[in-house]
Amino acid sequence: MPIVKGAALAALGFALALPGPEPARADTVFVSNEKSNTVSVVDGEKLAVVATIKVGRRPRGITFNQDMTRVYVCVGDDNRVDVIDVATLKVVDRLPSGPDPELFVLEPQGRLLYVANEDDNKVSVVDTAAKKIIGEIQVGVEPEGMGISPDGKILVNTSETTNMAHFIDTASHTITDNVLVDARPRVARFTADGRFVWVSAEIGGTVSVIDLGTRKVVHKIRFAVQGVPRESIQAVGIQMTRDGKRAFVALGPANRVAEIDAETYEVKRYHLVGQRVWNLALSPDEKRLYTTNGVSNDVSVLDMERGRVIKSVAVGGAPWGVIVKP
Amino acid sequence: MMTAPIWGRCLRAIVVREGLRFVHQRERFFAALVRPLVWLGIFAVGFRAVLGLSIIPPYETYILYEEYVVPGLIGMIQLFNGMQSSLSMVYDREMGSMKTLLVSPLPRWYLLVCKLLAGVLVSVVQAYVFLAVAWFWDVRPPPLGYVAALPALLLGGLMLGALGLLLSSFIKQLENFAGVMNFVIFPMFFASSALYPIWRIREGSPVLAWVAELNPFTHAVELIRFALYLDVNATAVLVVAGCLALFLGGAILAYDPGRGFWARRAGPAEQGGG
Repeated sequence: MPIVKGAALAALGFALALPGPEPARADTVFVSNEKSNTVSVVDGEKLAVVATIKVGRRPRGITFNQDMTRVYVCVGDDNRVDVIDVATLKVVDRLPSGPDPELFVLEPQGRLLYVANEDDNKVSVVDTAAKKIIGEIQVGVEPEGMGISPDGKILVNTSETTNMAHFIDTASHTITDNVLVDARPRVARFTADGRFVWVSAEIGGTVSVIDLGTRKVVHKIRFAVQGVPRESIQAVGIQMTRDGKRAFVALGPANRVAEIDAETYEVKRYHLVGQRVWNLALSPDEKRLYTTNGVSNDVSVLDMERGRVIKSVAVGGAPWGVIVKP
Repeated sequence: MMTAPIWGRCLRAIVVREGLRFVHQRERFFAALVRPLVWLGIFAVGFRAVLGLSIIPPYETYILYEEYVVPGLIGMIQLFNGMQSSLSMVYDREMGSMKTLLVSPLPRWYLLVCKLLAGVLVSVVQAYVFLAVAWFWDVRPPPLGYVAALPALLLGGLMLGALGLLLSSFIKQLENFAGVMNFVIFPMFFASSALYPIWRIREGSPVLAWVAELNPFTHAVELIRFALYLDVNATAVLVVAGCLALFLGGAILAYDPGRGFWARRAGPAEQGGG
């Protein structure tokens, strides 16, 4: 049957011309679940939850210490930061944080943790070694997003109600500039070269790109998803590749992650993920992007090479923050 | 004593004839390609919300409706193709060209199977052309899924083609083909998982969902859907294989010279030739 054989070979050839299945991976993903008071540990190879760690109440912000041996989690309703040992996957310590910590950022030098205290309109400076609060910085109403420049000299905090990005000098712990952005700013993220900081606005549905040199908004990225009402497009989490070429923005109840050309600020495409996508994390090798979907209670996994969402993994209740270890 | 080359030559002749018929009827080629594209390009856009937000096997994440409907549209290609083959059987019978085939010394069941295979190969080519176009529509199953889909396309196509053959034995004239459209193609297509997942049909009508679950076309579509995403739906395999045996057996019986259609009422062309 030459025709049958021909068709089979043609189909096989077509398939072989495309990239094959990806090799095994070793990512470990930590996800804070705001409602179930746990941190889910997802194996990047199996794409399944391998451990669930009980933490304090309302875990949201989550980050690694410098050598990735510890995970810090803001547990807002318990007014502290829980410390998880990455080897044993147990809470081994706690740090003071000031009241209602939501998001925080570790300075590149690895010692100081800057924590946004949502209810107190301030940022607490926590010395992780001494386990003490060593300073407080008064900021706008309902501080939320925290970003730090690659050299650790400039801290950017966003305040949800004041709608500002506050530029804080980390040496003097004082605000040097305030930049007005769109309504309810959420996340502040510096570009790898430290020249710009991107600030997402949840209600405004935009991302403002602020030039560090002039402290002015130089570009505003807007989003439009076919078939999704404008008010459902709420920009939250931001991630950028190290080469400064690709950026990803979580769009909340639009259930999409926008992929942006970080050089031209052009939105290239929208990836469908779970409901109310909130935060994002790139794997250290930048082959995957993980998203937390707060309403559908799962983590979607985007294959960066294929540019496609390959799986959504069920985690705990209301997943909020996500970090990835190689 | 018949030798293997005769069997092979017979198959090749029928396949080539079916292939030529498909290629030469350019309208049919375009219709076969454009029909599913119209569904994908227009219908799918309006139906975006039908899936809601849930993950249904074999999918591992959230998908847009366009992605859901593609296996259903491949099923539609194969369903139409099966019916088109049945139409051409009736046409051949009316035009007398079937007589040429029937004087062959080979058994009639073999001729039927050849005819069936020829039609399926045409539908498989159509399906891959459609998948290639869908790729540009951003419907991109895993690369290996394109290979895994081949056996599913063959099995599904055989089942739907056999159904066409069986039906063709009941259609007396070409004009009755409209009846096949109304009473076979449309109900099979709409009361299936091709356009909407069965859980969604169940919300509207549990009875219709039950009908869709019994519909062999649903299983042909699910077979293709699972294979495209590198999964196996065992129920679908069994149902499709079982229906294939049933329909093909029925068609062979119906076309048996001593029984079924040919005994009930020998067509003028065949009788006149005797």
